[in-house]
Amino acid sequence: MDTSFKTEVDASASGADWIPKAGFTLHAYRTIFGQGNLPVWAVNSVVIAVCVTAITVAISAMAAYAFSRTLFRGRRVLFAVTVASIMVPPQILIVPLFRQMLAMNLVDTYAAVILPQVVAPAMVFILKKFFDGIPRELEEAARIDGAGSFRVFWSVVLPLSRPILAAVAIFVFINTWNNFLWPFISTSDPQLMTLPVGLSTVKDSTGLRNAQESAASILGSIPLLIVFMLFQRQIVKSVATTGLGGQ
Amino acid sequence: MASVSTPARRAAAGSRRTGFRRAAATDRPRSGGAGWLFATPFLAFFTLFLIVPIGIGLWMSFTDASLTGHGDNTLVGLDNYTEAFGDSQVWQTLGNTVWFTVLTTVPLVLVALVMALLVYTGMPGQWLWRLAFFASHLLPVAVVYQIWSMLFQPDRGMLNGLLKIFGIDGIAWLTDEKYAMWSIALVTLWWTVGFNFLLYLAALQAIPDHLYEAAALDGAGAWRRLWSVTLPQLRRTTGLIAVLQVMASLKVFDQIYLLTKGGPNGATRPILEYIYDTGFTNYRLGYASAVSYVFFGLIIILSIAQLKIFSRRED
Repeated sequence: MDTSFKTEVDASASGADWIPKAGFTLHAYRTIFGQGNLPVWAVNSVVIAVCVTAITVAISAMAAYAFSRTLFRGRRVLFAVTVASIMVPPQILIVPLFRQMLAMNLVDTYAAVILPQVVAPAMVFILKKFFDGIPRELEEAARIDGAGSFRVFWSVVLPLSRPILAAVAIFVFINTWNNFLWPFISTSDPQLMTLPVGLSTVKDSTGLRNAQESAASILGSIPLLIVFMLFQRQIVKSVATTGLGGQ
Repeated sequence: MASVSTPARRAAAGSRRTGFRRAAATDRPRSGGAGWLFATPFLAFFTLFLIVPIGIGLWMSFTDASLTGHGDNTLVGLDNYTEAFGDSQVWQTLGNTVWFTVLTTVPLVLVALVMALLVYTGMPGQWLWRLAFFASHLLPVAVVYQIWSMLFQPDRGMLNGLLKIFGIDGIAWLTDEKYAMWSIALVTLWWTVGFNFLLYLAALQAIPDHLYEAAALDGAGAWRRLWSVTLPQLRRTTGLIAVLQVMASLKVFDQIYLLTKGGPNGATRPILEYIYDTGFTNYRLGYASAVSYVFFGLIIILSIAQLKIFSRRED
């Protein structure tokens, strides 16, 4: 972190002194602010992370409910395939996915960045396991009152699952915000880049980028840190004070 | 003392048993339509962006596809697979990956459990535990790398400075084959424990209050309640976290790639780095795909075994 406050000469010196010889400098930050398109990247990051989180939580919770509480043909096999797919090495999906995006004519669109990221089998697995633990008596009561499947899901299961839904949303949001490889590969238009990708493209005229890379990654994580520092109480509370324990 | 805990335990066991019986009784009539409706949106994305690319990748593993786009259509049959099974690098990096998984899984589950219990029971210093989660889990891997490469500096690093205070000679954290994997495991614990911590915290909230009340009425102290109510109730979650953690640890790549590049002398090189190197540095996409499907196959076998063990325990 300290590196981001040094001049490029110090940052690439062989011994790594914590205190730079040329003193601390904001040069690296100035370069990034001067050359980058920070407001656009920040907005993209927010839009993409919010969209991915909303879609992921919605479709994962529905699928988890289907796997946990309903019977349909192929349910067991589909769940087993979902769990197994958690293990697919992401590195191997990148090239096929990119070719797919080319074929679908989606490269350099928000859709290309967002859609592949909403598939989160691990989150389906987590939610399914938590839904399994909800006592069925509550759902039965609602059914006796005439509620249909969707109604039960929406008014009984989801409110009881707020802690785990909050946890899943947090995981997805953080992962999407910090994701580098896929947004990097699927966008080349600077107007569509996220913060981590955009910051990585900023080059100094000298070509030496050690200090700048530090500054860039620090800048990329600051918004997230601030948001979570401000709201950590509420976030922990939303995870911690709902659920069956509080009934 | 032994009789104290039985009502609570009986209550817990009882609710679980009726849960199972009900499951069997109420599930059957509701089949077909609704389930598919709920599952379809996820399954559509899942098929399009996971199953299809897996299929394309599988096809590529039978060709000599390269990143430069050349040789894509030449089928080479099982050549890539025979090469992979005879490749000593595959087995060495696979060994490293398994070793890393062994080193990280147990501490990541235990530390997360202790942190969650401390936060849940309202021990002093809550803000510190919360911060431990938020501060490290939020960081992108590039920042993690910068922080730890400085802490690990052999001459001026903070960790060796700390050891010196206790009169211990500093170690070459990342460059000594003996310690490198342990250092990586330490970084991983610090960086990713928050995920398991949050899962445990959510699970702790789902334990019904009446179990604690019943135990308290029977005169169970705090330790007794922890031992006889909390921990048994967390069993399902612990199973879930252990499975997810093993899967996550087997996929290790980012932090190792940045901190040691797989060194020293290949001692920390995980199999995904080998796949990445062959695919993206040597442009041999076909062979890289084959290695990843060998790896994937081994993991499927492992997951099935794991699921079998856990589902038997749940019964």
